[in-house]
Amino acid sequence: MRTRPNYAAGGAAFVWLLIIGVPLYALLNTALQPPSKYTDKGPLGLPTALTFDNFSTVLDSGFLQYIWNTVFVAAGTVAIVLALGIPISYAVVRGRGWYSRGVFRLFLLGLAIPSQAVIIPLFLIVNDLGFYDTLWGIILPTAAFALPVSVLVLSGGMRDISTELYEAMALDGASPARSLLTLVVPMSKSAIATTSVFAALQAWNGFLFPLIMTQSDDTKLVTLGLYNFVSQYGANVPALLAAVLLSAAPILVVYLFARRALVAGLMGAGGK
Amino acid sequence: MVSATTSQSVGKQRVRDRAAPPTLERPGVAWAVPGLLFFLVFAVAPMVGVLYLSFTHWDGLNTPQFTGAENWSRFFGDSQVWQATAVTGVLLVGNILVQAPVSILLGVWAAGHQRNRAVLSAVFFLPLLLSTAATAIMWRQLLDPNFGLPSKVQWLFGANPLGTQQGAIACLVLVTSWQFVPFHSLLYQGAARAIPQTLYQAASIDGAGRRLQFFHITLPQLRNTMITSTIFMVVGGLTAFDIVLLLTNGGPGTDTSILPFSMYQTAFRTYDYGYASAIASFLLLIATAASVLLTKLSGYDKMTSTLEGL
Repeated sequence: MRTRPNYAAGGAAFVWLLIIGVPLYALLNTALQPPSKYTDKGPLGLPTALTFDNFSTVLDSGFLQYIWNTVFVAAGTVAIVLALGIPISYAVVRGRGWYSRGVFRLFLLGLAIPSQAVIIPLFLIVNDLGFYDTLWGIILPTAAFALPVSVLVLSGGMRDISTELYEAMALDGASPARSLLTLVVPMSKSAIATTSVFAALQAWNGFLFPLIMTQSDDTKLVTLGLYNFVSQYGANVPALLAAVLLSAAPILVVYLFARRALVAGLMGAGGK
Repeated sequence: MVSATTSQSVGKQRVRDRAAPPTLERPGVAWAVPGLLFFLVFAVAPMVGVLYLSFTHWDGLNTPQFTGAENWSRFFGDSQVWQATAVTGVLLVGNILVQAPVSILLGVWAAGHQRNRAVLSAVFFLPLLLSTAATAIMWRQLLDPNFGLPSKVQWLFGANPLGTQQGAIACLVLVTSWQFVPFHSLLYQGAARAIPQTLYQAASIDGAGRRLQFFHITLPQLRNTMITSTIFMVVGGLTAFDIVLLLTNGGPGTDTSILPFSMYQTAFRTYDYGYASAIASFLLLIATAASVLLTKLSGYDKMTSTLEGL
């Protein structure tokens, strides 16, 4: 069955393309302009002289270290969230009795805790544990605040595994641990992917925890590095926007090579 | 406890009927304990802590002094806090009113399998690659009255969009939507693809046009996604501190100083941790109320698989 083209939708999509595209063009265009040109041509002028000097200015200031720190924090957060979230969800979905419902409700309620609201005592706890100004001081709270969504997504995925499969495993004498490794984990791959993408993006986007929990240059994350550049570069807008572009480079690489996984992962965050 | 025993015996009964082993070993509470402890230390304990600190005076160096309800009586008389609450509410509602319709339309549009839609969707995704900090810094430069877009396209942005309260709020909504509409439309895209095609086929046989199908099939089927997406928007809106700090810095004056921002200023700029904890507790209360309401609506707490009954 052929449908007639939807002109209204096409028009609206074109408008949205402008809203998304024009700022991105301005970002790219500015980052590639010599600073002297930017002041008279502005962000939308057609480029005449392209230069990569802005990027080397940024890289010379230790930006690679910040990117590396951020990648480490993202990986650490994903590892902790999976290591803790999978067993919790397993106990919630397969356990019986008051605790399985209670644990689930606790994490549902946890969805609503804004990290901002508890930052003062959290700072004290991280400080007391000796993690102040270390990357772990960022990883641990980030992982804790990613747990509620992860438990929701993971237990949603595990609930879709049919009871017959568990019974078949048990019939063959498998312990709960064995069922988890050979049945639950392989069967909830997409929920695990969603959780990983979500936790990694939380770490990637994080601003408050790095701002409060770290202070030295060695533990700086990309988002905080950008914040410092604002005062450091001041009038040098092209260098600042080059830093903005560089900050997105690692995740752009992921997007180019694993777009499907990334998109499918994010889609799954909505549950069903 | 009674209900637990009953359900267990019913379960055993069912298993015995099928001639399966009499006991099915289930994972015990121990599986959840490490994660629970972790969550208690880093999320629940700080919640209790912030409530306690809201009854103290504390400069961050000496031991907190218990002052009873002093912070709270100051809180209820503080016009700045009520202004911050009002701005937070306006931003929250503004963000939902702009983002929800745009995301639904874009998501449903992108759910179609046409080639051009797939290509455009790949472009629409791009803002998600930037962190909130990067997005806010980019827009701060683009909205600069001297060198940014307003100096070139004044008919659209005015002379200085960040110079007035209304303008600054509009800019915050614009920038937040620019960054997060791609995420929400992805949620809707996934959900729209999951709507059974048979519903649409039946509707077209009955002669329902595109508009009728959208309002009577698509929208009702997206109900759960709307709730999930709104939860994300509400929680995100209540923690939208970085975007305010980097885009408007609470200005002009304190016109866009939303609750999380004014809490941050009180704690980490004026070192009044006790009073900041009172603001933080209030934030916690709003967030919990909003989330309880929304999860009740969504039926998440019923803990059932969506595959059941299919």
